[in-house]
Amino acid sequence: MISLICYNFYLLNVLRIEEVTKQYNGVLALDSISIEIPKGSIYGLLGPNGAGKTSLIRIINQITQPDNGSVYLDGELLCPSHISQIGYLPEERGLYKNMRVGEQAMYLARLKGLSKKEAKTRLLYWFDKFGIRNWWDKKIQELSKGMAQKVQFIVTVMHRPKLLIFDEPFSGFDPVNAELIANEILQLRNEGATIIFSTHRMESIEQMCDHICLLNKGKIVLEGTVAALQQLYGAKIYEIVFKTNNTKEVLSFFVDAYELRNHNYDEVSAILKLEVAFKENERPSDLMQNLLPFGELMQFVQKLPSMHAIFLDAIGKTDMHS
Amino acid sequence: MSMEKLLLIIRREFLTKIRNKSFVVMTFLSPILISILAMVVFYITKEDTPAQKQIVVVDASSEVVAKIVEGSETIQFIDYSTLGVEVAKALVQSEGYDGLLYIPPFHSEKEKWANAITLYTEESPGILFVETLEKLIETTMMSANLRKQGVSLENLKNSQVDIALRQSSFSGAIASKLGNGLKMGLGMGVGYLIMMFIVIYGTSVMRSVIEEKTNRVIEIVIASVKPFQLLLGKIIGNTLAGLLQFFCWGLLLLVFTAAAKFAFGVHFDEMSPQLSQVSEMNGVGQIQDVALEIGKLPLLRMFVFFIIYFVGGFLLYSAIYAAIGAAVDTETDTQQFVLPVIIPLIMAVYVGFAAVLTDPHGILSVVFSLVPLTAPIVMPMRIPFGVSTLEIVISIGLLLVSFLGIVRMAAKIYRTGILMYGKKISYRELYKWLRQ
Repeated sequence: MISLICYNFYLLNVLRIEEVTKQYNGVLALDSISIEIPKGSIYGLLGPNGAGKTSLIRIINQITQPDNGSVYLDGELLCPSHISQIGYLPEERGLYKNMRVGEQAMYLARLKGLSKKEAKTRLLYWFDKFGIRNWWDKKIQELSKGMAQKVQFIVTVMHRPKLLIFDEPFSGFDPVNAELIANEILQLRNEGATIIFSTHRMESIEQMCDHICLLNKGKIVLEGTVAALQQLYGAKIYEIVFKTNNTKEVLSFFVDAYELRNHNYDEVSAILKLEVAFKENERPSDLMQNLLPFGELMQFVQKLPSMHAIFLDAIGKTDMHS
Repeated sequence: MSMEKLLLIIRREFLTKIRNKSFVVMTFLSPILISILAMVVFYITKEDTPAQKQIVVVDASSEVVAKIVEGSETIQFIDYSTLGVEVAKALVQSEGYDGLLYIPPFHSEKEKWANAITLYTEESPGILFVETLEKLIETTMMSANLRKQGVSLENLKNSQVDIALRQSSFSGAIASKLGNGLKMGLGMGVGYLIMMFIVIYGTSVMRSVIEEKTNRVIEIVIASVKPFQLLLGKIIGNTLAGLLQFFCWGLLLLVFTAAAKFAFGVHFDEMSPQLSQVSEMNGVGQIQDVALEIGKLPLLRMFVFFIIYFVGGFLLYSAIYAAIGAAVDTETDTQQFVLPVIIPLIMAVYVGFAAVLTDPHGILSVVFSLVPLTAPIVMPMRIPFGVSTLEIVISIGLLLVSFLGIVRMAAKIYRTGILMYGKKISYRELYKWLRQ
């Protein structure tokens, strides 16, 4: 029974990283990292430069080997036969300049283990989908950077891997194409792929990721679902909108009893906006009770911090500790 | 699985290489250009017998002038001894003669006198011309001296004997001077060719590694294949392209010879003995001799081992070049690493030249044809002179073993280097990578 539970538990995670350590010339790039990536999720791997993201991604791709620890894909210890089940779009990416687009895509597809026929069918599907079939015989050097990135995207996903790794996928794309790629990534997730998403761009994290892991200096700083993290970091700040003619009294009440972060009063509409930080033992419902006699409560919401704020806060704390 | 990927990489490298414009130019245009150039040079040297030079002679000793004034094909002498040297100088300059030869009054100390003979010219004369002139004076004076001692030059010439040793090994293989010359020529040519190919193709492997690095395509590729596979595929693909180029040249050579046969009607094998005796006068017989001597060489053996060493040398050096390419970011950074690779190649060529010229079986030649870094060049140079099979087998064995060793070392540098950007790499750093 227990083993059955364990088995099921493992199957929920497409990738399991156990105590992975990697050193480069005496510098600890990854310090005993353990991560579990749920199947069908979009998992954000975040962190400042040099945090260890690329090192970890290279280990998952078997480009480098960890000094210690192990990685499991679908419960199996990572091995070369898994290459065809992983798709990787590196941050530093390029193509052979003097090769033709189609020829090059075929080459990279076949290196992933597709047969000639299969590679051609799938590539044509994607080329048609992106409306770029007429690029097939062009040389890469004739393409713009954005065009080349579309080809790179196709090459990354066309073998239908169960795990996709995108390292800064939107860099170099114009907003229209970035949107197109973002939609394709979501579509791939809906079709069952799991996606690891490494980026600095926080707005795309909030838009796309279910889970995140924040790395700094080779260690995990934060990990969890985006919603849970926002709860955790934003739990004690509330935004209150209040209709009252008795502003002074309300404000003095707040200053005495709570930590008032911000306030703004519009005399015409008699609307007072407040931002209040709660202490550990204070409950929002108590405040609500106390406020009612002063006027009409229009809005009382928890203010969720942006991932950007969480990111800066968490990194700042770890840097201070170290 | 991995074999299939290796084949894919080899195919890509091979096709990229042979589709390159410079490959096409090198393969088809350069032999044509070289043969046209050779023909042009041949005709120019044939047609352009240097113009006869006019040299004024002032002989104050009256020892020489009477004899040399007949001149030669290339020099015409004009005797102005009566004018004296100063007047003659002015005359030579004003009349535009090519020079003035002044022979001072005879002196009892012969050496001193001989060394005082002077050639005045406007521009410094060519070495060959000076040598011809010296020879003429020497012969004239020697003949005068001989006559004084009662010997005529004719008699001296008649009593001279020319010896050309007939050379034979104990097993009865007959060698000749011409044959030896051919072996030298072939050996040197082959050694030089292999060296050139190694440098050209090695550099191209290095460039292709740098290109993958700077293009950043490398990370996409090695997410699918092992760096070692990529390295091996690259080396083998380029070696195959090199072989193809070599065979193309061979084929073109055959076509050209056939064309020459057709155009000039030279049929070496059909020539009758009488005709060949007659033609010996015209130098056609020499061509026949050359053809005969070539026939005597162990051609098949030479060819087979040439290919083996060609491939072996290629593989060995390409691995080193690939490692260099991986260690740097741009081609300009490669110099410090390329030099130590070029040195053994150049040494091999020079030692090889010296070996085939002096002693093909001397200790130096043997050592250099066993050491793997020089063997691919020196051994094919020696093979026409007869090298024991055992020696060749040992040499090839060493080459193979060291290829495996070097490719492993190169792979270590390669797999670390290809993912390293923007860092100037030192030898110490490379050593660290090797120990990882």
